[in-house]
Amino acid sequence: MLATDLPPDLPSLDIACLARLMPMFLWVLPSGLIRAVGPTLRKLLPDDPVGMPFFDLFTIRRPAAAPGMAELQRLSGARLHLLLRPPPGTGFRGITVPLAAGQGALVNLSFGIEVADAVRAHHLTDSDFAPTDLTVEMLYLAEAKSAVMQELHELNRRLQQAKAAAEEQALTDTLTGLANRRAMDQAVDRLIADATPFGLMHVDLDFFKQVNDTFGHAAGDAVLQIVARVLRDETRVGDLVARVGGDEFVLILPGIAQTDPLGPVAQRIIARLSEPIDYRGQSCRVSASIGMTVSTLYPRPRPGRLLSDADRALYFSKSQGRARATAYTPDPEEEGEPPQAEADRRMAPAATVTLDTSAPDPGLNVAPRRLTNGAAP
Amino acid sequence: MHGLINRSIQSFLTDTYGPVLWRRVATAARLGFDDFEAMLDYDDALTDAVIDAAASQLRRPRDALLEDLGTYLVSHPNREALRRLLRFGGVSFVDFLHSLDDLPGRGRLAVPDLDLPQLQLSARSDRQFTLACRGPRPGYGHVMVGVLRAMADDYGALALLDHTGTQDGVETITIDLLEPSFAAGRPFALATRGG
Repeated sequence: MLATDLPPDLPSLDIACLARLMPMFLWVLPSGLIRAVGPTLRKLLPDDPVGMPFFDLFTIRRPAAAPGMAELQRLSGARLHLLLRPPPGTGFRGITVPLAAGQGALVNLSFGIEVADAVRAHHLTDSDFAPTDLTVEMLYLAEAKSAVMQELHELNRRLQQAKAAAEEQALTDTLTGLANRRAMDQAVDRLIADATPFGLMHVDLDFFKQVNDTFGHAAGDAVLQIVARVLRDETRVGDLVARVGGDEFVLILPGIAQTDPLGPVAQRIIARLSEPIDYRGQSCRVSASIGMTVSTLYPRPRPGRLLSDADRALYFSKSQGRARATAYTPDPEEEGEPPQAEADRRMAPAATVTLDTSAPDPGLNVAPRRLTNGAAP
Repeated sequence: MHGLINRSIQSFLTDTYGPVLWRRVATAARLGFDDFEAMLDYDDALTDAVIDAAASQLRRPRDALLEDLGTYLVSHPNREALRRLLRFGGVSFVDFLHSLDDLPGRGRLAVPDLDLPQLQLSARSDRQFTLACRGPRPGYGHVMVGVLRAMADDYGALALLDHTGTQDGVETITIDLLEPSFAAGRPFALATRGG
């Protein structure tokens, strides 16, 4: 093909075709007056802009530019950020290129990131955009994203509720991994319903508050975790160890029909808990006071009654100098709830075992047999 | 199966037949839970079990139920978001039909792991079309018939739709456009408040 066969370098373009390619174009004459405008851009303007000065309608925000044709020529090819002066002050991206000598400049605009607002404000439709323009796809994506986000929000809300419900129904103490009070209540109810005899030990740490106050709560938490391990070690697989309060534990031992076998268990627990516990090089010292009872002591065992009797025996251990275990023993002539003072008297210890430990009070009182008065041996 | 699809089936059954029917279906299908979550994944067998259980509880043919599901997805007020997303496909019903090829791609733009049927439209004349639908599970074709029927309504077009059977996993739907602008159709603005 010869060079002379080529079409001229400058294609002449019908304004209507230009409008189809770029429905938001502006043709600005060297005088700064608008000569023609694309149909979509026309929709955004209050009046027919043809013949109006370009800089009366638009401000160039970036790059900084003074109004005037010289500036528009200077910014040729640059990415422009423009604002429409009349309300609602729609923002645009734009580019300007020079036309043939004496014809001025061509400016093409598109919406910025606030495209959805602009489309809404100016009631634009699909046909206002060039078929090559991805604006509609962008609106589709924005809307699809919102719909998916909505679903995710709802999912999160439901998961949050389910989490709260699960916590409500949880059976485990999160710090120690032991059973919690709800799990203990269920276990006791089940044993009573099955008429299975069981022993119940109420374990309360001595001097735990001092550990918390002296070494801080992290040390306190570490001590509780070690206590939990000791309690699990010193009980059988089928026994239930529950943390029922800050430093209070309840042990349920199925198949135990008498208080006698509980004594050595309590003794081992107290001995081990009286050993100093190392927390980051610091020696934390606690011990344990224990109250015990067995379901066979009651014609019709009730969980509340067993717990309060074990608690009373525990209180007795505390009052006797801590680091002791006391077994509850009912008055054989008493049917109902015994008065507090008498109950305490009946729970006097029967035997004292002195342990060779460094516990603050290395005494262990175990009441392996029924007592009817407060006399210590 | 994606939770969005399962959740849509649940919404369809609940909004159309009530929560009691949904609970009966969930029990009969042995779901083991009360509600599908739109943003979780489920075993495909659960979806089939739910559709079978619903068809049996309602004593409706499975295909008819799936078509009702498709209509529901587009026309029920609770599904406005989906109708709008579909309307982005084109300015007229014919435009929309031609955009169906892009539907799985558009679906994945919104939800990357959403497995929608592959759709291929061929024109037999300027008013007669055939849509080939290859879904991840059989039955999508019937859902599509419902969707297309409701979308024709939405655009105000009058069209005859027919599921003409399945061959080699491809379901075929014929679309005869009787009147492209039969009624006014429902309005559609590209951007809505909060959209």
